[in-house]
Amino acid sequence: MVKQESESANRPDNTAFTQQRLPAWQPILSAGIVIPGFVLIGLAFIGIGVALLVTSRSIQVLELDYTGDSNGSPCSSCSQSDIANCKCSLNFTLTTLFQGPVFFYYGLSNYFQNYRRYGASKDDNQLYGDLSSFTSPSSSCSPYNYDSSKKPIVPCGSIANSMFNDTFTLTRTVSGTTNNVTLDGKGIAWWTDYNIKYRNPSVTPLKNAFNGTVKPINWAKPAYELDASDRSNNGFVNQDFLVWMRRAALPNFRKLYRRIDASGDYQKGLPAGNYTIDITYNYPVRAFNGAKKIVFSNVSWMGGSNEFLGIAYLVIGSLCVVMSVVMLIVYAKFKFPDEE
Amino acid sequence: NDRSFNLSHGYANNAIRTSKYSIFTFLPLNLFEQFRRLANAYFLFLLILQLIPQISSLSWFTTAVPLVFVLSISAVKDANDDINRHKCDRQVNNRKVDVLMDGQLKNEKWMNVQVGDIVKLENNEFVTADLLLLSSSEPLNLVYVETAELDGETNLKVKQALTATGELEDNIEALAAFNGEVRCEPPNNRLDKFKGTLTMNDDIYALDNDKMLLRGCTLRNTEWCFGLVIFGGPDTKLMQNSGKSVFKRTSIDHLMNILVLCIFGFLGFMCAIMAILNAFWEASEGSLFTVFLPREAGIDAHLSSFLTFWSYVIILNTVVPISLYVSMEVIRLGNSFFINWDRKMYYPKNDTPAQARTTTLSEELGQIKYIFSDKTGTLTQNIMTFNKCSINGKAYGEQLCLRKQMITLVDFSWNNLADPKFSFHDHSLVEMVRSGNPETQEFFRLLSLCHTVMPEEKKEGELNYQAQSPDEGALVTAARNFGFVFRSRTPETITVIEMGKQVIYKLLAVLDFNNVRKRMSVIVRGPEGKLTLYCKGADTIILERLDPSCNKLMKLTTNHLNEYAGDGLRTLALAYKDLDESYMKDWTQRHHEASIAMEEREEKLDELYEEIEKDMMLLGATAVEDKLQDGVPQTIEQLAKADIKIWVLTGDKQETAENIGYSCNMLREEMKDVFFVSANTAEGVKEELLKMCPEAAEEPSVTTSRGGLFWVEKMETVQDEKVDGEYGLIINGHSLAFALEKNLRLELLRTACMCQTVICCRVTPLQKAQVVQLVKKYKQAVTLAIGDGANDVSMIKAAHIGVGISGQEGMQAVLSSDFSFAQFRYLQRLLLVHGRWSYIRMCKFLGYFFYKNFTFTLMHFWYAFFCGFSAQTVYDEWFITFYNTIYTALPVLGLSLFEQDVNDRWSLQHPQLYTPGQKNQYFNKKAFVRCVMHSCYSSLILFFIPWASMHDTVRDDGKDIADYQSFALLAQTCLLIVVFAQLFLDTYYWTAINQLFVWASIAVYFAITFTMYSSGMFLIFTSAFPFTGTARNSLNQPNVWLTIFLSSLLCVLPVVAFRFILIQLRPTINDEVRAKARKEALPAPAPRRTLKKRITRRSGYAFSHSQGYGALVMSQKFLLKGHMRRLALFDHRDSPMVQNQPQHYRTITEESESQSP
Repeated sequence: MVKQESESANRPDNTAFTQQRLPAWQPILSAGIVIPGFVLIGLAFIGIGVALLVTSRSIQVLELDYTGDSNGSPCSSCSQSDIANCKCSLNFTLTTLFQGPVFFYYGLSNYFQNYRRYGASKDDNQLYGDLSSFTSPSSSCSPYNYDSSKKPIVPCGSIANSMFNDTFTLTRTVSGTTNNVTLDGKGIAWWTDYNIKYRNPSVTPLKNAFNGTVKPINWAKPAYELDASDRSNNGFVNQDFLVWMRRAALPNFRKLYRRIDASGDYQKGLPAGNYTIDITYNYPVRAFNGAKKIVFSNVSWMGGSNEFLGIAYLVIGSLCVVMSVVMLIVYAKFKFPDEE
Repeated sequence: NDRSFNLSHGYANNAIRTSKYSIFTFLPLNLFEQFRRLANAYFLFLLILQLIPQISSLSWFTTAVPLVFVLSISAVKDANDDINRHKCDRQVNNRKVDVLMDGQLKNEKWMNVQVGDIVKLENNEFVTADLLLLSSSEPLNLVYVETAELDGETNLKVKQALTATGELEDNIEALAAFNGEVRCEPPNNRLDKFKGTLTMNDDIYALDNDKMLLRGCTLRNTEWCFGLVIFGGPDTKLMQNSGKSVFKRTSIDHLMNILVLCIFGFLGFMCAIMAILNAFWEASEGSLFTVFLPREAGIDAHLSSFLTFWSYVIILNTVVPISLYVSMEVIRLGNSFFINWDRKMYYPKNDTPAQARTTTLSEELGQIKYIFSDKTGTLTQNIMTFNKCSINGKAYGEQLCLRKQMITLVDFSWNNLADPKFSFHDHSLVEMVRSGNPETQEFFRLLSLCHTVMPEEKKEGELNYQAQSPDEGALVTAARNFGFVFRSRTPETITVIEMGKQVIYKLLAVLDFNNVRKRMSVIVRGPEGKLTLYCKGADTIILERLDPSCNKLMKLTTNHLNEYAGDGLRTLALAYKDLDESYMKDWTQRHHEASIAMEEREEKLDELYEEIEKDMMLLGATAVEDKLQDGVPQTIEQLAKADIKIWVLTGDKQETAENIGYSCNMLREEMKDVFFVSANTAEGVKEELLKMCPEAAEEPSVTTSRGGLFWVEKMETVQDEKVDGEYGLIINGHSLAFALEKNLRLELLRTACMCQTVICCRVTPLQKAQVVQLVKKYKQAVTLAIGDGANDVSMIKAAHIGVGISGQEGMQAVLSSDFSFAQFRYLQRLLLVHGRWSYIRMCKFLGYFFYKNFTFTLMHFWYAFFCGFSAQTVYDEWFITFYNTIYTALPVLGLSLFEQDVNDRWSLQHPQLYTPGQKNQYFNKKAFVRCVMHSCYSSLILFFIPWASMHDTVRDDGKDIADYQSFALLAQTCLLIVVFAQLFLDTYYWTAINQLFVWASIAVYFAITFTMYSSGMFLIFTSAFPFTGTARNSLNQPNVWLTIFLSSLLCVLPVVAFRFILIQLRPTINDEVRAKARKEALPAPAPRRTLKKRITRRSGYAFSHSQGYGALVMSQKFLLKGHMRRLALFDHRDSPMVQNQPQHYRTITEESESQSP
């Protein structure tokens, strides 16, 4: 026996793996699976599509362009001048209740926040409150890392420098009196941005941390004075700043500006009536054929309004059903696996 | 022999180093080696590009991590190889040899041997270094060496020392005092040349190759010899010759090279588009956008577009994925392992598993179009068995085929010298012998006397015959078992033990065999002084030279011979003649005169032989079976069904080859015609070739196309022409030589390709290679050569794939082969199962891999239109880094290692499944283009569905989700899922491992993504992972998942529908078999066809195939001045030397039987 074993020392192991006999599932594109599969998927898609479309249709969206391109538009004077804090106002009327919660967005178009150099132009360490990066900002911020007198810019980089700086107030005119609609600017940025990604240096008062640095060239106020009304909403954790810093994927985008505070008359949203938005017009977009707009929108379980998904599901679902019919016909004609 | 003096010259010592690296040089050298590979260099170039901040569109790690990964895998492999080489070197360097030092022999390690040392070698030792032979134990200072390791020839070669040095013999003092000066040429790699002089005591002697023992040889049949070390270690001819193995590449490799170049072109094209569009964008938009995005100093639109070009080169480089080559190697390695592991290709008899010696060719096994097979040892076992005989008109050994099971073997135990391996089935013959029947005894006496076999008796009673041809061995062995034991021979005597009695015959003459005579005779004087001539030879020849008195017997015997030949046996007729003393004396005298004649010696001898070999008495005939290997006809039939053409290239005679052709079902009775080409002139050959197809066009149609890299290679392809019916072609080596010449070779190829079967006989190894190259060059088909002997080496090396039959004596074929196994029949499994699977796997892998990477990369292209052509990536940089190396690496490997469309039994059941591989159908340029189109579609879906669904939308709490990071995450998740879904569609064979790989990869993706985007990672490495929080903020959104779902199905469903309809409309053979396999669990066992017996053929078999060496046997100076005369004691019959002799053949068919050559 021993001899026999030693003689067949080279004999390969008889395992399912080495002999390539591993048990396996061998699916096959048979008519019994494919055609009913297509029908089922098609029906499911149509179902989802209808649900999505209905949901999307139920979302109310109000878009108001205020770029001021055309001469008749309210902000045309502002858009053509370079005056800082130019004021203009926009009126609109709601005929029905704008179901709450209502979100107040500003939108920019033809704006390339996704340009590579633009996107790279920031210093994560600085924004994380690293004081050493305050004095020597990363070269990725160039040319916005040092100002002309070689002082470090904090926050550095193109993104921060180009922060959106129009401001809006919303008023409602009810029988001649104008009431301010309270806008809630808390928690409009991502939780992770606010709590983790961006941090102020742990220096009190915050202002001291910025000693020896200058504010970004385009900014009116330094970072530690962004929100005069709320001291905690300053520096890098300023909500507007955070929203801006989360750069958009596409050249046309909207960013959350405020929420309509759901209190008092506005518990259910924006009631019907006449509204005015007072705009402090600072942000120049006409140079690059950009556009600015204000968007009011509410949301559903599927987020903001987007009819595309619903339509796509519907179309594809129908196509699936059509396809299954086609395949059925083809199959009936050829009946491949059954023929001998 | 002054060591210190010699040392001062600084010759290389005998230590060898085949390893490439040492511990310290490993890293730099290995890196250097690796970067010499184009792909690696390309990635290094990319890495450098990425370090330029103006260009770098990706962080350096996206290229660096995969590059390091790939480099380290290769480095580990190289290091492992190198360690093995180190070990091997150490073993060789530490071999011991006796070195003469300070007047005495010392046992030294090889590596300590120095140039100028004198070493003593003993029998069967390896030669230590290149030595100048000084003296030896054998007379005339001869030394026999085997040079198998050097040139692959197993025969012994003779070396002779100078007489001057030979006188030293083994006198240690004299040798120690030996003082001479050798001047010779510098070390070189020519094995057959050596020039030098030896100056000794003011005499100058010329040295040539005959006096050199080269390293790598083995000393044989020589007790000892002394040699002077001339070249040591790396200077030896062996080492100078090594490391020049041909690197074979598969056709997929060639295709890949072309494709990769195309891809580079495509990459350049895409980048150029991007650069141009960037220039436009910069001019129309970017210049206006400078308020928010100022240009860097000194960069205008043109420069920006130039930089963009390079940035996009970096981003889009993933179309040429770095892991492609590594993955291909891994797949091939895996498939090679599966071949090694296959039990069904393991031959238990000599414990030989199949072995993939080259691991880079596995998929080419699935594309074989032509097989070139050797005959001896490949188709046949090269074992001759004495099967039947006819003695005095009575046939013996007949029952064999009638009642196989019932017959017990004949017991030879009464004969203590019998060969235990011999078996015979007819008891009556033994009885006849033992009863002392004179004819029978004479019959076996003849067999035991008339031959040129050399006996070797190592121990008492243990005889070993070394026969020039196995036929002879078989006959002598038969005689031995029937009680006529050939015991020993001297030049003048033959000792035979006849029925237990020792009888010594005086050997008077050997009338040697040659190709014209086709017979050999011996003239012996028996112990009683009786003179007898014993003759054996081809039946046709012998029967003509018989005494008229045995006419009746002749008829009977002829009948038997016809029968034997019909069974495919090799036949010989035996005859004897008693000689007259006075006549003999006279004849001997004339023979002596003739043999010393200066002119026309051969003719004169022939005449003499002719004179004496007549009026002989017929004794009978023998039939020797040339045993086919198991399963050869079935294998050939299977391969033929798979549309593989088999050409047999053999050194054998035409009749042998033809006979084998019939017996292994290559030539069939029902074939329309079998052509023989055996003309001796170019015109004749052409005529004979044209004869086959008189209606065909005058010139073979040759299409010329350009291909290969840059389309500079000119390719000519001979078109197949339609033929009706099956033809066979048998071409003689002599004619082949003409046919292979430039003007005729296309003609040959055309004719040969029209035939079902081509048999080339009498071909030299060189011709074998030429034939292979001819087909390779003009058919652009993948060729496989299979053989077992040293003479097949050239063919094996020339073919795309060389297969060696292992487990037999010679290892040269195996050593130069790419695959080896023990039996020819395993070839069908190797090709039809492993080859096909490997090919399918490789093709699926390539198709899938290109799909996956093109889809991945094209997304960047589409995104460019939305980000100002700024070379912004769609994905997170870490995703780019891990995509090929972690996320998709294993599932792809799973697909390409375990995939099988149908299992092995079905593959063998339906050899037609093999044909798509030959036609290159699964992966070719068209398939590649299809694959690219498919990826275009997928990437469009994958980009625009998320684009549309994320456009202007927000989270369900109103916050931002259309930001870049969320979009990146969405796009990459969609991509990954689609890629896995596609894998799902491509995989036919889902093992648990595949499932595990896929699900684990998906899990790993999410795990890594969540980890990288977690707060913890950001706290630790602040700037490395900027995507903090993206995963949890976007992946909890239903519309994100709906988008993923939509885009995945939108990518998958059309493919499903398309494939379904394609299966319905145009089912491929694979689909059919798969459908069948689904219905029946296992294929019905193939009906074993029994081969029809043919009795119409008649083979005229002589015994050996070359000039016999009767002269040598008779010669006193046996081997003395043989100038490399073939001492082929080991049968390599179809060797180059054999072919040097002129061959004059006639076609011996039934019709021409009566003609004599």
